[in-house]
Amino acid sequence: MSVATLDLSRIAPAFADPVRESQAVFREVMECVARPGRITRFDRAPQAPTGLGKAAGAVALTLFDFETLVWLDPALADSEAEAWLRFHCGCPLTVKAEDAAFAIVTDMAKAPNLASFNQGDAKYPDRSTTVILQVASLEGGPTVTLSGPGIQTTTDIAPQGLPRDFWTQLETNQAQFQFGVDVLLVSGDQLLALPRTTTAQIKGG
Amino acid sequence: MPVDPVNEVASPERRQWLSILAKAQPAEVSAAWDALSERPAYSPLRAPETGLVLVRGRMGGAGDAFNVGEMTVTRAAVRLESGETGIGYVAGRDRRHAELAAAVDAMMQAPALRPAVEGAVVAKLARAQAERRDTAARKAAATKVDFFTMVRTRGPQ
Repeated sequence: MSVATLDLSRIAPAFADPVRESQAVFREVMECVARPGRITRFDRAPQAPTGLGKAAGAVALTLFDFETLVWLDPALADSEAEAWLRFHCGCPLTVKAEDAAFAIVTDMAKAPNLASFNQGDAKYPDRSTTVILQVASLEGGPTVTLSGPGIQTTTDIAPQGLPRDFWTQLETNQAQFQFGVDVLLVSGDQLLALPRTTTAQIKGG
Repeated sequence: MPVDPVNEVASPERRQWLSILAKAQPAEVSAAWDALSERPAYSPLRAPETGLVLVRGRMGGAGDAFNVGEMTVTRAAVRLESGETGIGYVAGRDRRHAELAAAVDAMMQAPALRPAVEGAVVAKLARAQAERRDTAARKAAATKVDFFTMVRTRGPQ
């Protein structure tokens, strides 16, 4: 991990009004985690640098700070996105997935297994990693039925670009509750949450 | 585009003007800025925010480092339309002070804009600070007491 001085001339601006905007984003993320499968749009979020969508950027600006270790997809190493996160969030970066409080995965093909992230411990299950997965689209993929807390009966989602294996990993993750990671699926300016309590079933799978 | 690792530390010259801007009085910075004939447009890169900075000190030149205490600092970063990025870290909670310090820092880095601010803002603030320091030093000097021991001569026995 480079500790080079940041080249400020290439860093894009973030929230114009950090307090209000981050509170609005926080509220939306909380709402989505409370109601898994609900899709929200951050169309007013600032343009994130290459490699990150608006939604991933907005979540990062809202939740990352100097106390959260962030695991960044190796595809983003030394990129403008990394410099942007370091400047605006001030977050320390780590290459050890098991230490991370947050993880941003942009390349699903090379994504580490969900089990390799911090699963939380018995005393503090909330300290597990929150994994932000950037996918091609949140619509138009194979249909997946969600159920669990926050969903009255069931709800269908259809994210695109997730390998089949991901749903197996999610099942393993859900089975070991109270441990496990929480997943935020993002694409462009859209976000959808799959907390560890949610059961996902692929239609016809 | 990958970001080139830039390992340079701010030049001594830049450190000096940043230091002057940081320690200036907000009203002075504001007045000097308003007096400029041409003020370039800038956009915020980091909106002004106030926080605490832990000040560390060292007793003497060789003593151990210790925490002097925390001080309130406001910081901001702005970008000029011509692309220069300036940062401002100032003592206190004045948001405009931080923003203007950043704008002046950006202008000082732009060869075309530098002459406009170098004398009218940076040098002016430096003079005001030197004057304040001088006044304080002279006021202190006026209260100086020189202790010396009278040489007592032994009286006649």
